[in-house]
Amino acid sequence: MLSVQNLNITFTLYDRGLAQKQLTVITQLDLDVKAGEVVAVVGASGSGKSLLAHAILGILPDNAQVSGKMLFKGEPLTLNRCQDLRGKAIALIPQSIGYLDPLMQVGQQVQRTAQLSGLSRPAAKAAVDRTFARYRLAAIVQRLYPFQLSGGMARRVLVSTAVVSQAELVIADEPTPGLHPDVVTETLNHLRELASEGKGVILITHDIEAALQIADRVAVFYAGTTVEIAHAQDFSSNKIRHPYTQALWRSLPQNEFIPISGSQPTPDDLPDGCLFSDRCPWVTQECRLDRPPFLQVRGAPVRCIHADR
Amino acid sequence: MLIGKQLAFRYPHHNWIVRNFDIAIAPSEVVGLFGPSGFGKTTLSKLLAGYLTPTQGQVTIDNSPLPDRGYCPVQMIFQNPELAVNPRWRIHKILAEKQSPDRFLLNALAIHPSWLDRYPHELSGGELQRVAVARVLNPATRYLIADEMTAMLDANTQALIWHMVLDYVRSHNIGLLVISHDAALVKRVCNRAINLMQVGTSR
Repeated sequence: MLSVQNLNITFTLYDRGLAQKQLTVITQLDLDVKAGEVVAVVGASGSGKSLLAHAILGILPDNAQVSGKMLFKGEPLTLNRCQDLRGKAIALIPQSIGYLDPLMQVGQQVQRTAQLSGLSRPAAKAAVDRTFARYRLAAIVQRLYPFQLSGGMARRVLVSTAVVSQAELVIADEPTPGLHPDVVTETLNHLRELASEGKGVILITHDIEAALQIADRVAVFYAGTTVEIAHAQDFSSNKIRHPYTQALWRSLPQNEFIPISGSQPTPDDLPDGCLFSDRCPWVTQECRLDRPPFLQVRGAPVRCIHADR
Repeated sequence: MLIGKQLAFRYPHHNWIVRNFDIAIAPSEVVGLFGPSGFGKTTLSKLLAGYLTPTQGQVTIDNSPLPDRGYCPVQMIFQNPELAVNPRWRIHKILAEKQSPDRFLLNALAIHPSWLDRYPHELSGGELQRVAVARVLNPATRYLIADEMTAMLDANTQALIWHMVLDYVRSHNIGLLVISHDAALVKRVCNRAINLMQVGTSR
């Protein structure tokens, strides 16, 4: 359904006075999503997760240059096509109720989303009623303002905005942090259901456990590139390939809780070779020369020349 | 010993948020606090750190009440660091709000010297949270409350920050209250845990 190949995003910024500088924030990023599938995008903040979503939705700022290939249902995703599709075939489930209009009742807002996606007014009203009922939101909730919602209700309203638009591809941006485990599971199950109905779902998160609860595949981002696209079951069966993926897994409190030191390189100071080379336990001279290409190791792509060890 | 005795809190003309709550944290003890949203976890920590005054009951450290002016020996670390710092201050000024952390601490938290001249919005969430942690790790702090300190962070950054904080509280004899939804994390870092579902706050 969606295929992103070798995506690069560079920002042009003013440095000092009129001198401009180029800042490459996404390098060689790849991702593909099929209908009926949940693909989780996992990585630290600053790894390019949200920028990918913005690129797919065509809402990057004007000073961004994008290269590489983005295909949606086989056709290139140009800026014009993004504008036509977003809110209709491609929908975003935003991070928080901060994305809603604070002065508008939530029922009206969700109905407006449905109308903008092409439904008539009565059809949109019916879609809102149906969706709210599906997510156990009482009729009275439609007349509440965003600040009156509890955390769990807010999540269900935000999911509703994507469901009423009949989108085929749903992008959920960090839907779970700081929520009680029951609400997290409920939110994730709603996303899983959307995939079962044949939609493609991208789950953007820093929470690897949340991702593994529902994802079919997990794309791990580091410093603006995809380091590995693993199958969800690879984690528990000890088949994950990239040293960064392994470090993330090891650092969970229920596993060893051992972190690797240092931090992700900043866009103005990227290493020439592998982006993980300065923190990698396996690093060799060869790693520092070139960016590693995608290699197939144990049935999935990984950007590491030592991954088959 | 940090003691909250028979703590109760409500906003005027509203229902009780917290009622009849007792808690005691010893120096160098790490205590977990968990329970569903709306059980008053954050209210409790704000009472213990002096951000709110209890409607009934009192908070004491070694039998004296919390100071009502100056630096509070009970400090909080919040979930969202960008809301806990002054957006118009550079990082070095934020760090020096109480006293400048020494270079050893900055190294241990992997706070890069190049960040010091930046503004908060120029750092990522994980970077800024490390700054917020460094700000409160100073000799005047005797108890620390971490309210969902790493809920916004990836697993590796989470483990990095926790190792650093746990080392510091152990070596400086600081009591730590950990509020988290993550049962595995509470189990991993705490000596004991309080489940609000069992002891209750207001219900």
